[in-house]
Amino acid sequence: MKLITAIIKPFKLDDVRQAVADIGVQGITATEVKGFGRQRGHTELYRGAEYVVDFLPKTKIELAVADDIAEQVIEAVINTARTGKIGDGKVFISNLEEVIRIRTGETGAEAI
Amino acid sequence: MDQVTELSYALDTFYFLVCGALVMWMAAGFTMLEAGLVRAKNTAEILTKNVGLYAIACIMYMLVGYNLMYPGDGALIDGILGSFSALGKADNSAADVIASGGDTYYSTLSDFFFQVVFVATAMSIVSGAVAERMKLWSFFTFAVILTGFIYPMQGYWKWGGGFLDAAGFSDFAGSGVVHMCGAAAALAGVLVLGARKGKYGKDGSVKAIPGANMPLATLGMLILWLGWFGFNGGSELKISNVDEANAVALVFVNTNMAAAGGLVAALLLARAWFGKADLTMALNGALAGLVAITAEPLTPSPMAATLIGVIGGLIVVPTIVFMDRKFKIDDPVGAISVHGVVGIWGLLAVPLTNGDASFGAQLLGIGTIFAWVFITSLIVWLAIKKTIGVRVSEEEEYEGVDIGECGLEAYPEFAKTGD
Repeated sequence: MKLITAIIKPFKLDDVRQAVADIGVQGITATEVKGFGRQRGHTELYRGAEYVVDFLPKTKIELAVADDIAEQVIEAVINTARTGKIGDGKVFISNLEEVIRIRTGETGAEAI
Repeated sequence: MDQVTELSYALDTFYFLVCGALVMWMAAGFTMLEAGLVRAKNTAEILTKNVGLYAIACIMYMLVGYNLMYPGDGALIDGILGSFSALGKADNSAADVIASGGDTYYSTLSDFFFQVVFVATAMSIVSGAVAERMKLWSFFTFAVILTGFIYPMQGYWKWGGGFLDAAGFSDFAGSGVVHMCGAAAALAGVLVLGARKGKYGKDGSVKAIPGANMPLATLGMLILWLGWFGFNGGSELKISNVDEANAVALVFVNTNMAAAGGLVAALLLARAWFGKADLTMALNGALAGLVAITAEPLTPSPMAATLIGVIGGLIVVPTIVFMDRKFKIDDPVGAISVHGVVGIWGLLAVPLTNGDASFGAQLLGIGTIFAWVFITSLIVWLAIKKTIGVRVSEEEEYEGVDIGECGLEAYPEFAKTGD
């Protein structure tokens, strides 16, 4: 099982959610985050004084997926979240050791 | 006797000034209402729009609007076109007042003050409808023309004693002259501007874009409710004798009752239709009640006023929904529904309790004002679109207009100074 973490532009959340649902992903967690990679922030002027805002609003999504659809899901996320402009984000893939559903106690593939 | 005349003048002048101040406070109401119903990333910009338009309205009305609307005997085309001149500081002397036997009963400048805040109200109706995607300076450009020219022209036709007034059109405090006028200008703007990105799906679905701050929106509505006592109450124009004082009291009561009726009706309808007590519909309902009674808050009984408000509330909820679902007209705060559609209801309700009014004259007024404001506004919006553009770029719309137009955020965090 894989844990797919993606940082995407906030307005892409709905499209990405739809795209992964079409592949069969049933659950997703989204968090509002601020961050930057190589995309610079901007300098603003507040009452004549400059201040720098490096951190830009992004959305982080986390998906637990079975190995057999992981490739498809990653591709779907990338293709839907891409705009071609700087700041599109990143996908991080890690191995998921175990998943447990709290309500029923199911583990592994049944819990995803 | 002279002392009583002078005191009467002072009281009526004072009344105008206090009511004008209450209507000025409605600017805070609109500002808070709109700030609460837009997203966080667009809040600073709409605040700037609202404070800016108020100031622009005051200046344009002083420079040209007031005398265009109230030329007295100096109209260029009697009944149709007022006069082009700025406001001076001349006012009535005590001798003039006494000599008039009380016919001159208020300060000229107090009349200006009372009228100028109405212009600002009309203009601020537009800012909510075009929120979250219009260029700030394009909006201000439009504000200059609406407050300096479009509004005063139709204002003259009714309140300045022009041809609509002569035809028997009845509009006590401005369901038509102010509210429907603002809504018509807003509609023209929204049609030229287009909907917010992502609001309507290709399959015709409507996406909810929730406002960021319900407490502000609610505060805004309550401020508007309070200010409306000045809006309708002041439009009686006089308080200094028993009959007038009673009339003002009735106007205050009716205004209050209509708002109450509108709120309850909208809340119940929302509960019945959507299954939940939608706060934003309750807010729009109260405002709808207020707009509905504004055309005639004096002749109905309090019970009738409540009913007029109730009908306003029952009209506004489906109008807001169908504007989205059927017509795809994106109006983030429901301004066109509250002020336009219900404004028309308010004007049509007048003959129901006022024997001096007629449906024919009301329809003439509705048609004339709507056509004038909508068409001239459309022309101005299109001209602005062709020259400086009306809409922000897609990038800026996603980022939020606070950054693009104002260079600061309403709810900033993660910022450091220097470097």
